[in-house]
Amino acid sequence: MKLDDKLYLVRFNTDTLNHIKIKNPDLCLKCKDKVCTFICPAHVYDWDEEENRIAVGYEGCLECGTCRVACTDDNILWEYPRGGFGVSWKNG
Amino acid sequence: MENFDVIVVGGGPAGLSAAISAARAGMKVCVVERGDYPGTKNVMGGVLYTQPTNEVVPDFWKDAPLERPVIEQRYGIMSKDELFTAAYRDPAWGQPPYNAHTVLRVKFDRWLAEEAEKLGVMIVPETVVDDLLYHGDDVVGVRTTRPDGDLGAKVVILAEGANNFVAVKAGLAKPLHPDSVAVVAKEIIALPAEKIEDRFCLEPHEGATIELFGDSTDGILGTSFIYTNKDSISIGVGAMVGAMGRKGWSPNDLLENLKAKPYIKRLLQGGEIKEYLAHLIPEGGYNSVPKLYRQGVMVVGDAAMFVNGLTREGSNLATTSGLIAGKVAAEAIQSGDTSAQAMSVYETRLRDSFVIKDLYKFRNLIGLLENNPHLLGEYPEMLNQAARMYFTIDGTPKTEVFKNIMGVFTKRRGKSGLVKDMFKAWRALK
Repeated sequence: MKLDDKLYLVRFNTDTLNHIKIKNPDLCLKCKDKVCTFICPAHVYDWDEEENRIAVGYEGCLECGTCRVACTDDNILWEYPRGGFGVSWKNG
Repeated sequence: MENFDVIVVGGGPAGLSAAISAARAGMKVCVVERGDYPGTKNVMGGVLYTQPTNEVVPDFWKDAPLERPVIEQRYGIMSKDELFTAAYRDPAWGQPPYNAHTVLRVKFDRWLAEEAEKLGVMIVPETVVDDLLYHGDDVVGVRTTRPDGDLGAKVVILAEGANNFVAVKAGLAKPLHPDSVAVVAKEIIALPAEKIEDRFCLEPHEGATIELFGDSTDGILGTSFIYTNKDSISIGVGAMVGAMGRKGWSPNDLLENLKAKPYIKRLLQGGEIKEYLAHLIPEGGYNSVPKLYRQGVMVVGDAAMFVNGLTREGSNLATTSGLIAGKVAAEAIQSGDTSAQAMSVYETRLRDSFVIKDLYKFRNLIGLLENNPHLLGEYPEMLNQAARMYFTIDGTPKTEVFKNIMGVFTKRRGKSGLVKDMFKAWRALK
């Protein structure tokens, strides 16, 4: 099963507020490995070739927190979604 | 502002155990939980150990939503498609007093929260704690992200999990380091009970666990796990965030890689994926344990880095630390002294318990494995190669087979390399 199909199985109560911010998008331009684009289990981060920036699909965030730990420039401001929003596991 | 004796931040096993032990001692307790109800944000492998849980709710197995009692624990060392396994099985573990059960945390944590409520604990769901609330230097409660969301408390117990935001803001913990946390990708795969029982050689209502090392994480420090639930399998791969980033692995690819291995594929055959999950595990061990207390505050469970990766223990350390913290909170409040010194009793009791004794015992293990990647890279290959030579019947006389097997190890590591590796391992575990 493809990752996108797996993510369809996850239950979300999506917030209208984005809980993830790239602190300084200029740092991403110089970032070689762009670890966030592959280490996020939900593939929330994608390099947007046209706009030359990281695109953040916060709606699919599984709230593990890996991105902010893995970012080599400490450039991801990742907070919990507001109470009651975000992922809501069915099994855990 | 509503006031409590004890506020617990986070409704997992650590937080709920703390709440229950404080409530039993007569405290007015509140658990602040960011999910719809305790459990909906929580993930573990997951194996729940009987002994500490039984201290929280005696005879819990009679009512709690458990999956299967674990009667077999299998360890495997993988090298490509080769697999060397060893297992211990005791059917007596399928009967009370049990050793461990597999659980699904959404169900189990909700049940445990209901047990807490029976003792008068108030659960405040859908609420994120932003910071501690101070009066001068003294902690007097928590600040939530809700409007007018301050809650007063004499003691705050931080059970916020691996993402230790509040503990960091309070200056107790350092931000997480990529070499001290593992990321886990996990799936719940539905499979009929009879198939599970046939494939794992189980009677109905018996369960088994498998942990795999070596190639199951591409030699990265970490493990893979396969646990039997009632009518599903929990399968996951956990590996250190730093090393995964350096090797370019995504958690989902590592999991798919594992599921494609012949042995695993056959165990899961015909199953239907029901849920895909991810979570962090604090694997930094003893050296990454934060400051565990200050005036009016204690840190428990994952937030305190209480995980023993080698033996895949976590929920038991969480539960035990929660129980101790809840009791210390009650004693401190009853004696009217919630100073740092009064809170330090928590750390003293933890040091007397298996929680810190075990973390201390394995304190050098993480460093050893991280600094010597060949231990998880080459040894699984050599072990499987040796097993293959031993079991292959091709007319080679056994004297020569044994000589060849020794040759595998000496050729790869050299005689002095082998001695050094053994010495390092002995020193890390002594």
